Amino acid sequence: MINRIQQLGAMGIQTFGRIGISGLFLLRVIFRWPRVIRTLPLLIDQIYVVGVLSLVIVVISSLFIGMVLGLQGYNILEKFGATPQLGQLVALSVTRELGPVLTALLFAGRAGSALTAEIGLMQTTEQISSMEMMAVDPLWRVIYPRFWAGFISLPILTVIFMIIAVYGSYLVGVDWLGIDPGQFWSNMQASVNFRIDILNGVIKSIVFGFVVTWIAVYQGFYTKPTAEGIGRATTKTVVYASLAVLGLDFMLTAFMLGGW
Amino acid sequence: MVQSDVMVDINDVYFSRGEREIFSGVDLTIRRGKITAIMGPSGSGKTTLLKLIGAQLTPDSGSIFVDKIDMHSLSHKALYKMRQKMGFLFQSGALFTNINVFENVAFPLREHTNLPEDMIRDLVLVQLEAVGLRGARDLMPAELSGGMAHRVSLARSLIMNPELMMYDEPFTGQDPITMARLLQLIKKLNAILGITSVIVSHDVVETAGIADYIYIIANGKIVGEGESEKIMNDNNPWVKQFVHGLADGVMPFHYPANEYKEDLGL
Repeated sequence: MINRIQQLGAMGIQTFGRIGISGLFLLRVIFRWPRVIRTLPLLIDQIYVVGVLSLVIVVISSLFIGMVLGLQGYNILEKFGATPQLGQLVALSVTRELGPVLTALLFAGRAGSALTAEIGLMQTTEQISSMEMMAVDPLWRVIYPRFWAGFISLPILTVIFMIIAVYGSYLVGVDWLGIDPGQFWSNMQASVNFRIDILNGVIKSIVFGFVVTWIAVYQGFYTKPTAEGIGRATTKTVVYASLAVLGLDFMLTAFMLGGW
Repeated sequence: MVQSDVMVDINDVYFSRGEREIFSGVDLTIRRGKITAIMGPSGSGKTTLLKLIGAQLTPDSGSIFVDKIDMHSLSHKALYKMRQKMGFLFQSGALFTNINVFENVAFPLREHTNLPEDMIRDLVLVQLEAVGLRGARDLMPAELSGGMAHRVSLARSLIMNPELMMYDEPFTGQDPITMARLLQLIKKLNAILGITSVIVSHDVVETAGIADYIYIIANGKIVGEGESEKIMNDNNPWVKQFVHGLADGVMPFHYPANEYKEDLGL
């Protein structure tokens, strides 16, 4: 019994210790003098790797999600004779919730796991150690550009997701099922508020971008330097990032609907 | 100011990994401008010792001075400044896999200097020529053999003209001809540029051939030290067994374990 309690205590201390380390790690990454000339090329490279290469999965997923929403929405709205409201239904769901959340989940699976695996492998093959011995700070050279690339890319990917998903539903609702395009767009325009719907969605994506990339680079940097360690770190990135996104989404939604 | 004769001074260092004690009171001095070899059986902590000198690891107790500076009391910035004086050849090579050989060697120059591109090119080619890989400059690390990767890594470690060069198993994976060239190169660097070299190696004969002073580590302590000739003829049972590669002796071949019979249930 005492052993169990001891184990529980040790686990608790370990967990809080890790949270503390990850917080300090984040502070060390964020609070440093920007070296624009040297950082910019690295940042652009990483935006390509993290953001542009995630574009395909985001575009395809958002197109299908928009199309499914269009189809499901049409079938439900048809019962009430309200099919012209499809644009409104899709736009509100996509801008408020589905856009930020699903893009963040896709991003965690595609870019977050890749970041963790890459940094973890650099750690395992002593590339990070060799950088330290060459007096090059890996937090600046490796982590800093990757962190900011993720932070910048996710909101942009989210906006792209929102736009493509709306067009996906347009394809199904207007081109296939015959809703009047004028009604589709005008209903959407009348009901979607830029600040409450679109801006709030983008704010959510900024928070998700911060958290997902933080988890990914932290897990990579503190990987146990073995093949199993990299596997575990990658899994942890996807699991922790997904849970964090869903939990934060609830909190942010409550906060935003609460009259912000 | 007159430079001290001592480049690295290690005093009563204790270091453990978890329950396992790696060093229990190690004292060691590395003279400036000399080649010092640190030898010992696998798992005796030779690489760990290099990492302690480079302050990548922190000792449990004791002190490590490099050029009279306590490496483990430095701020982050000061430590990185000190490391600019050091070169470290990793056992694995530790090349950056996303850039080619040329860029790997040019990496420290690009990070620490603002040299023009044509000068960087010349400096990199000089280093690659020294390790015999000028023609491999466009290859990616994945296209190199283990030995070649090691030599590229050596070129990269030397490009900033370090005052202290630490070689972790530099001859691993090298054919006899390349090994002879590397030995020659290390000797030349030491003689011409006065680089202080620390070599961690298993290759007793080759390393002893160029080392000015040798330390033998075993069981968490320095078990023997001296110039090559003294070490090769030392009668200390630990030293004798190691340098002559004797199968039986005081150095345990087996990792500490229970009785064999007990484990087998006999």
